[in-house]
Amino acid sequence: MAAQAQALRAAPTGAGGSVAIELRSVSYAFDLHGEPLPVLDSIDLLVAAGEFVALLGPSGCGKSTLLRLVAGLDRPSAGSMSGDGEEIVSPDPSRILVFQDPTLFPWMTVWGNVAAGLDARGALAHHRGRVDETIALVDLTAFERAYPHQLSGGMAQRAALARALVNDPALMLLDEPLGKLDSLTRLTLQAELVSLWRKKGFTAILVTHDVEEALQLASRVVVLSERPAHVKAEFKVSRPYPRHRDDPELVALRRQVLATLGLET
Amino acid sequence: MSSATQALQSGAPSLARPTARQLWLSGLYAAATWAAAAVVTISLPDVTPWGASGLFATIVGGGAGALALLSVAGPRAGRGREFLDHYGPWFVVIGVWLALWELTTAKTGWLPKPFFSPPTGLLHVYVTEWRRLLICIGYSLRLWAYGFGLGAVVGYVGGVALGWSKRFAYWGMPILKLIGPVPATAWIPCTFYFFPTTFDASVFIVALASGIPVTILTASGVAGVDRVYYDVGRNLGAKSWYLITRIAIPASASHTFVGLFMGLYYSFAVLVVAEMLGAKYGLGWYIQFQSNYSGYANVYATIVIMALLCAGIVKLLFVTRDRLLCWQKGFI
Repeated sequence: MAAQAQALRAAPTGAGGSVAIELRSVSYAFDLHGEPLPVLDSIDLLVAAGEFVALLGPSGCGKSTLLRLVAGLDRPSAGSMSGDGEEIVSPDPSRILVFQDPTLFPWMTVWGNVAAGLDARGALAHHRGRVDETIALVDLTAFERAYPHQLSGGMAQRAALARALVNDPALMLLDEPLGKLDSLTRLTLQAELVSLWRKKGFTAILVTHDVEEALQLASRVVVLSERPAHVKAEFKVSRPYPRHRDDPELVALRRQVLATLGLET
Repeated sequence: MSSATQALQSGAPSLARPTARQLWLSGLYAAATWAAAAVVTISLPDVTPWGASGLFATIVGGGAGALALLSVAGPRAGRGREFLDHYGPWFVVIGVWLALWELTTAKTGWLPKPFFSPPTGLLHVYVTEWRRLLICIGYSLRLWAYGFGLGAVVGYVGGVALGWSKRFAYWGMPILKLIGPVPATAWIPCTFYFFPTTFDASVFIVALASGIPVTILTASGVAGVDRVYYDVGRNLGAKSWYLITRIAIPASASHTFVGLFMGLYYSFAVLVVAEMLGAKYGLGWYIQFQSNYSGYANVYATIVIMALLCAGIVKLLFVTRDRLLCWQKGFI
């Protein structure tokens, strides 16, 4: 048990550190032809600094919307959100959202894409080395001059991760980043994601449809209800990394989570 | 005899370089058609004299000789050979075309003077009028460069503003939709009132013709950029200037180029009209001037120059586009 607790804390704090996220009764409604369509219903969520939380829920329940709110790209209709006690009002490079599609800028090379954040903030001249390092971290050095259309799906998503990581984010918001990859690439990238998280120590919130993926990566799994979403259940996953798919504890947890989602196996 | 040895050689196992036998066959056919055009020109009498037949025959005959030489001793491989192989049929057809053209006009008069002119007639115009034509080319290019340059720059900046800013679009779009379909030449009366010189007025007309498609396509390109790119940019800490210059503009560049191509064609069409009004030189003015005196050979000669100029500039724009949009290769 002590070993497990240690493994949980085994995410060393990197230069970007981590941030504690607090959501207090956050609600959000889309405007659908003048009619409000409630998507999130009074969500309360505390994410400790350095924690890896996975959000699971039926499709269309507003998980992605939740990530956009935490990123500061949209404002909630009600409730408050804060990072380390500071209210979240606008997007910030310390909280980076990684999308399901790599959304790389097709007119920039891999290097240019990874450098985009530093460039946009006028910090590129002093930190060119960081770009090279981050590209090396995701193993794309040989492709730094390639354009996005020349990359495979997995490479493109690794480039997207590098574009986020180069800014040393304290929070990574991962919106099904592996959702469109083939299953082998997916497994490789899951392992890479865990090792990046442990190396860098950022806080991570992952949205996924894949129960197994959530249990492989996260230290806590939060299950959301149907739209309008509220928190339905939470599961602590205190197994050490790297985890194995056939770990009996994870298999048992998987059954519980699926049951909560209404899928008996 | 020589063909027999050739057959023998080709049947023999490759002692010599195997590619050395590969004649450029269509080059030989082309040499034949070009030689025919030269023979038609000098051997048959002209119905009416056009001048420059001797020179024309020399040039076409020289071309035939060059083609024959290329087919025997030209490049056997590489990009030069690919070029020859690709355009071989065209060379053949050009020879046929020149021979028929010369026959139907100068030699038989089926297509009568002054409405038609043989190739010798065009050559005669170039030989006798080249000084004036060069000056006209210079004047036309100057007017075109000012007009198209101004139209492209103003249209581009306006297009980005209309696509980016809701306030600009509110005021600008309705105006653009109203004046967009009006032919630029319809503004001639008031432009001549507003502008101090006819040259300025002509520049304005050309700029208007080329600027409107650039504006419309750039605006729709910028407005149609996938919002997710802006989300990514904002998330990375980008301010408006970065979002416009590094995201909106490159993302809409292919639209802008379509606008530039359309603007290019419109500007050439309008150029001729603009030069017909009070200009002292220019290809459009020259065409107008010569058709008033039934100098149709001169008109045709000038049209050929204009076509070549326009094609050259289009080619230049294509090369620029392919350079700038290399990141798109593979999905266009």
